[in-house]
Amino acid sequence: MNSPSVTESRPNLLIRLWRNKEYRSVFFQILTMVIVFAILGMIVSNVATNLKTIGKDFSFGFLDSPAGYDITFQPFIPFSPTDTHLRAAVVGVLNTLFVAVSGVIIASILGFTMGILRLSNNWLISRIVYVFLEFTRNVPVLLHILFVHSIFLYVFPVPKRAISISDTFFFSNRGILIPSPVFGDGFGYVWIVLLIAIAIVAVFVSWAHKIQDKTGKIYPVFKISLAILICLPLFTFFVSGAHLSWEIPVLKGFNFKGGTSIKPEYIALTFALSYYTSCFIAEIVRGGILAISRGQTEAAHALGLRPNRTLQLVVIPQALRVIIPPLASQYLNLTKNSSLAIAIGYMDVVATIGGISLMQTGKEMETMIIVLLTYLFFSLIISGFMNWFNRRMALVER
Amino acid sequence: MSFWLLWTIIPPFFEWSVLNSIFTADSRKECWDQMSTPGVGACWAFINDRVSLFTYGFYPKPLRWRVDLSFVLLVLAVVPILYEKLPYRKYGLLYSAVFPFIAGWLLIGGLGLEPVSTDQFGGIMLTLILGITGITFSLPIGIALALGRLSNMPTLRMLCVLFIEFIRGVPLITLLFVASTMLNYFFPPGTVYALLTRVLIILTLFGSAYMAEVIRGGLQAISKGQHEAGDSLGLTYWQAQRLIMLPQALKISIPGIVNTFIGFYKDTTLVLIIGMMDLLGLGYSSLGDIKWAGLANEVYLTVALFYFICCFSMSRYSLYLEKKLHTGH
Repeated sequence: MNSPSVTESRPNLLIRLWRNKEYRSVFFQILTMVIVFAILGMIVSNVATNLKTIGKDFSFGFLDSPAGYDITFQPFIPFSPTDTHLRAAVVGVLNTLFVAVSGVIIASILGFTMGILRLSNNWLISRIVYVFLEFTRNVPVLLHILFVHSIFLYVFPVPKRAISISDTFFFSNRGILIPSPVFGDGFGYVWIVLLIAIAIVAVFVSWAHKIQDKTGKIYPVFKISLAILICLPLFTFFVSGAHLSWEIPVLKGFNFKGGTSIKPEYIALTFALSYYTSCFIAEIVRGGILAISRGQTEAAHALGLRPNRTLQLVVIPQALRVIIPPLASQYLNLTKNSSLAIAIGYMDVVATIGGISLMQTGKEMETMIIVLLTYLFFSLIISGFMNWFNRRMALVER
Repeated sequence: MSFWLLWTIIPPFFEWSVLNSIFTADSRKECWDQMSTPGVGACWAFINDRVSLFTYGFYPKPLRWRVDLSFVLLVLAVVPILYEKLPYRKYGLLYSAVFPFIAGWLLIGGLGLEPVSTDQFGGIMLTLILGITGITFSLPIGIALALGRLSNMPTLRMLCVLFIEFIRGVPLITLLFVASTMLNYFFPPGTVYALLTRVLIILTLFGSAYMAEVIRGGLQAISKGQHEAGDSLGLTYWQAQRLIMLPQALKISIPGIVNTFIGFYKDTTLVLIIGMMDLLGLGYSSLGDIKWAGLANEVYLTVALFYFICCFSMSRYSLYLEKKLHTGH
């Protein structure tokens, strides 16, 4: 740093401070903070004056006033137009979560299946999957959603001419109708026994693991657990004489009465999001399995493990380590993409509080802040969970 | 089983789309009258009827040469980026960097050209405007954000992390709602920007947050020794970044950058929800036309094909780059 001409007089204090790396960095940080706060302050003052000129205020009081609109899809908590905007927001959040959770489950199943099929030795199967993957991945997800929805609208018949399977399941352009269970007296016992059965299975599994660690004896854990889970509740069901009946949908007038109706918007959204996301998951799974070196499989075979045990105990645990971080971001993407619900009129959080409530109250700032915070909250939870999971799965290195 | 799958899908699709399809008609009724049974074939006449709408949107007819000229200039701007061995590539790249501004002037008008309102933009043209503007501006901002996130200054780092994680944590559609409903409140009183401008601002910020993460990955993949070597040579921070770090980091992250471009390009379709007429938006709204009602499959297939061609070629290009970079080691 020192120039050869040290003889010249020492520069003044400011220049010396400027040449010191630490002080310079402090100066830059203060400068950025000043600029950022200046911009933020300008935005806030702009917002304040702009709101004043059009005579709006900034408050969340509107959340308590009646919403005045109906929500067509409300499987969890009932909602009527006299309920508040806040309740509408909660219904919207629940609907978002419903799509996200079911989408994640279906997408994982489809994605893992396709990822493994893509590695199949059968040339034709792996090619078909490849073509499907490439075509689906390279087309916008919104187009998939609109397309699946349009299939429902234009291809499925009106309720009067609904396609029926033995008069219990109906397919029409108003959705799919399935019989809904009606729980009679005494059914509570069955639920209690089911909980007990789950507890027994948990104890059994840990016991079996311990025995295996000690003696090397392997029990058919999965089959026994399944038997406990199914037989115990069924047994109580017949012994206690509880009532369970099915309400079957019936065509009355122009629409169906009774039964559970799964709305076409929900099916279209979930289905489109799942198969779109599953294509990305398939690629991740394929990459993860390919990343495991062949030596691992050969070593497992040399130890005498059967092929399915090899996959279960050697390949998949190692592949998961590679698969999980990108998989988490795909789950996050699916959750975020579920906001496209508004395009086909599924009432998620963007469509209720950020859509109709916004239009009715004119509170753009407040409603958008609620929606943004909701999604940020979900994102933080998912990424936090995935980080925890990742740490648990991570390779313990010296 | 796979043979059976192919057999059930391909021949009926071929019959529908090629053998029984109709290319010239004036309405759906006319179209279906030409078939043995209505709906047995595709009615491509609909698409034929709408081609100019799908390409130019509502751009005034006498001024469409300006759009055509922009398309030609676009192709010329892409060439120097793709071919490394082009003679005088430096000037070509300079032109590519200036191209968005030239195209903007051509399309919007002003300075001697008749001005056109951005509300009339639409179709493939709008899709390309959104995609290319977002991509061009998000790359430099993304680089700046990535450097900020890796910098030694805690406040700067925190600001960049906050910004990136906020943008990546919320869906694009909510950000677009912000653009369409509340962004105008952020500007000084009296200034009102067109919807297109606001959407472009949001799309650029959105793209740059994702770009920043890709570039950060590239920067982190470079060994610390490189930076220290730069320091020991007496280079300043900016010289070290410009001459040593960024050239290597960008080269590693090119496949990731292209993949981000593809995702971004697909995401531009979301502007349909806030009422802008890009290609998918026009296709979607044409379905409401009574004369042609019920031809959703034809429209969606056409739009899907357009996006597929764009995105698939981009992803092939990224694979090609990946292979080329791989042999370098």
